[in-house]
Amino acid sequence: MASTIRLELVTPERLLLSEEVDEVILPGYEGEFGVLPEHTQYLAILNIGVLRYRKGSETRRIALGGGYAEVTPERVVVMADTAERAEEIDVERARRARERAEAALKELSLDDETYAKAYAALQRAMVRMAAGE
Amino acid sequence: MANLRAIRKRIGSVKSTQQITRAMKMVSAAKLRRAQDAITAARPYARKMREVVGAVAGRAGADAHPLLAAREPRKLALLLVTSDRGLCGSFNSGLTRAAYRYIQDHRDRYEEIALFVVGRKGRDFFRRREIPIRKEYIGVLGAVSRHHAETIGNDLVEGFLAEEFDEVRIVFNEFRSAISQTTRFEKLFPVELESAAGASDVDYLYEPGRKEILASLLPKYVETQVFRVLLESVAGEHGARMTAMDSATNNSVEMIARLTLQMNRARQASITTELTEIVSGAEALKG
Repeated sequence: MASTIRLELVTPERLLLSEEVDEVILPGYEGEFGVLPEHTQYLAILNIGVLRYRKGSETRRIALGGGYAEVTPERVVVMADTAERAEEIDVERARRARERAEAALKELSLDDETYAKAYAALQRAMVRMAAGE
Repeated sequence: MANLRAIRKRIGSVKSTQQITRAMKMVSAAKLRRAQDAITAARPYARKMREVVGAVAGRAGADAHPLLAAREPRKLALLLVTSDRGLCGSFNSGLTRAAYRYIQDHRDRYEEIALFVVGRKGRDFFRRREIPIRKEYIGVLGAVSRHHAETIGNDLVEGFLAEEFDEVRIVFNEFRSAISQTTRFEKLFPVELESAAGASDVDYLYEPGRKEILASLLPKYVETQVFRVLLESVAGEHGARMTAMDSATNNSVEMIARLTLQMNRARQASITTELTEIVSGAEALKG
């Protein structure tokens, strides 16, 4: 029985990560879920949120902009729309993005087509701030 | 001698052409490197997407989502990805010719073939032959973004769902290496259903549900594949241009060598003639 699980993280622009890890926590559609080795086959839509993975005693965080995760007993493949390692995140920029999104949301009404877009931008900015801090 | 001057002028013009081809080669090499990085980085995602979609669709069956519906293929949509610019060897000509032949060969098989063209070169080719183009995308190749892929993908999906066509194929140049691209035909959708037994027999647990996942996954899949194809094509184009410009530069080196030889011969000949004239003139005076 494998004691580690392979985590692969791909975005349309790059392969971000391919590593053996001990545990992965993903922002699933219906809430966060954790994956350990020998997990059952699982396919989930991911929300905008923070992915965490643990290797030994070290935990790292990655901000995801939504996507999909395919889980098999040996590996987790995350297909993310966007992904950023916590270390790479410019918190100051994320904060500005949040302020911009908040300002945009105030202008819009719920029926506006761009409302969902602006709301997603706000969420992404908040997640990036959370992951980066 | 006028001939001598003509040769000199010719050498001058070949030299300036050589400077241009050499510069273009260098620019293409730099662009190729970036394009190559982009396509190698994009492939894992596209491949994974294809795998997952195949596996899920195979288990869900053809009636789980409209994009999986295999209707009788009577109308075809062909997406041709060429380049906006020329001077890249046989990059476009080979591709457009293959697409043209394909259309000719399959005329009888389909009632209608709707042509979607990316790139100025492909558009011009089919315009010259007066083959109608359903939609053209010009100027997206300078800076390929996911947004472009989304636009093109949406056009194809909408047409398919409206039953304007029953099958969508892409023809494009796949990037192999800096010096080689191959013309590829790929079927975009309806998605080929991978037999569920092929992968593993255990079905996934789905969150939220299989239907919802497919509904969200399939448009994304189309976008991803289009995006990949665009990147393949761009990388191939720069590679082809680099190779073409490299051989153009080499040819001009050869040409200059040949012309220089010719020029020296002409010069020598004119000196010899002059000498003979002087000598024979002197001889005549003596007599």
